[in-house]
Amino acid sequence: MKALCWHGKHHVEVEEVPDPKILNPGDVIVKITTTAICGSDLHLYDGCIPSMHKGDILGHEFMGDVVEVGRAVKRLKVGDRVVVPFTISCGRCFYCQNQLWSLCDNSNPNAAALELLNGFSSAGLFGYSHLYGGYAGGQAQYARVPFADYGPIKIESDLADEQVVFLSDIFPTGYMAAENCAIKSGQVVAIWGCGPVGQFAIRSAALLGAKKIIAIDHVPERMKMAEQGGAMVISSEDDVIDLLKQATGGRGPDACIDAVGMEAHGSFYDDVKQSLKLETDRPHALRQAINVCRKGGTISVPGVYAGFLDKVPFGAAFAKGITFKMGQTHVQRYLTPLLKLIDNGAIDPSFVITHRVPLADAAQAYATFAKKEDRCIKVVLKP
Amino acid sequence: MEKTETLPPSVHSGEGIKIVRACTINQPAGALFQFWRQFENLPRIMHNLVSVTQTSALESHWVARRSRQKTIEWDAVIINERPGALIAWQTREGSEVAHAGSVRFERAPGNQGTEVTIAFEYSPSMPELAKLAPKLFGKKPGQQIEADLLRFKALMETGEIPTIEGQSAGANQHTEEK
Repeated sequence: MKALCWHGKHHVEVEEVPDPKILNPGDVIVKITTTAICGSDLHLYDGCIPSMHKGDILGHEFMGDVVEVGRAVKRLKVGDRVVVPFTISCGRCFYCQNQLWSLCDNSNPNAAALELLNGFSSAGLFGYSHLYGGYAGGQAQYARVPFADYGPIKIESDLADEQVVFLSDIFPTGYMAAENCAIKSGQVVAIWGCGPVGQFAIRSAALLGAKKIIAIDHVPERMKMAEQGGAMVISSEDDVIDLLKQATGGRGPDACIDAVGMEAHGSFYDDVKQSLKLETDRPHALRQAINVCRKGGTISVPGVYAGFLDKVPFGAAFAKGITFKMGQTHVQRYLTPLLKLIDNGAIDPSFVITHRVPLADAAQAYATFAKKEDRCIKVVLKP
Repeated sequence: MEKTETLPPSVHSGEGIKIVRACTINQPAGALFQFWRQFENLPRIMHNLVSVTQTSALESHWVARRSRQKTIEWDAVIINERPGALIAWQTREGSEVAHAGSVRFERAPGNQGTEVTIAFEYSPSMPELAKLAPKLFGKKPGQQIEADLLRFKALMETGEIPTIEGQSAGANQHTEEK
């Protein structure tokens, strides 16, 4: 089959690789009909995530048809059309049984290594480095899906691939980011980053009853898409803190969402430190959020962080009694309710797509997306 | 009823290096004990073991990998056993890899299953074992046992051990060891 493989910083290639096989009794093989490039794939592309190996197949947003099932699989059969969550979860450990799917104890074959780094391991992820299990991803024609009884959601209506494929990651991720804000009616939510997750966070905050949503970015087409989603938009090149205070009667937003993560732009200090390997992540958006969030407010972090942060004003966060909510998305928790929202027309996730390209052209699509050229916001790939 | 055999200690008091690792498994103690007591099962979760053979009610013969080609063998004897709760063993006198070990199963609070605690003690004064210890117990003491315990947990909770061995990859992928 054809698959997009990682070979190093800014070096990915579509190549011919062996077809995937069933390796464990709970596996299925999916023939992929639609897949996508995620903003978090750019952290891999930029070489910011450790434990990548040459030849790793990337991609964690995909859907398709089940073509083979392992002998222990009960819920899926050949021919089922499914969307696959990016989090691989066993369904039977303490965490899965408490709906904390991305914290699964049993799905990461490299759990002992991640424990050394983080104290404890979390779930295996598709195409997201060997610390997260080293699982081959879904920017390919076929993928092996482990623990298939506890992940994929069957799509039985005639919704198009492009309407449901983002149930795999960015829709639930944006939704959980908004839900983590515990929005009460009349509240103001500020969202840093108008990439795809930010776009879904904006729309989810609206669905959850936010009175005012303020989005922060500097890329014109992303700012425009945020406005279309109902947000008031501030340029990250202006004085963000000042403008957010003005927009909230001096109180600061009730909740702040950092949908940017470890590669924030705009801080010379972090650029230098990261390039000298004195820090691993650039937490510029997070610093602003801590500064401007109202006292007793909530900061929700869907943006990916991987290592150590520098100059995070923890004292300010303490003094203001901030609540932090963060982590990889518990995708399985959101599949059914969000599919219902798509089904009843409350949202059509395909709004975010700007580029549709064949899988064969995926390497070029990575470059375009990384440089934000050609007004690129979201790429879907057709195998 | 306790089954025991009294042997001279394989590691003398005060001179051993002790490794203890614990993990909570969402299964009743009885099922976990049963898997463990069938020593033949252990190579499935302990990747450095080639085989374990029960030679009598209390005795077993162990074969472990010491390098890609070579193996090392020893005999162990159960010195304490409480069904559903504890198995403790030690190597037969004169073994070049003298060590003692135990595994305990205790009910975890709040219906979270069973707390499994593995303890190993070995003597660093034995040159053969000092060389072998990183292989058997991990470069950082306990690392290997930690990985073994996590495999035990996955197998007991889900019926399978997560793996990527044999999956697809692009050119130049080196299959790396753990």
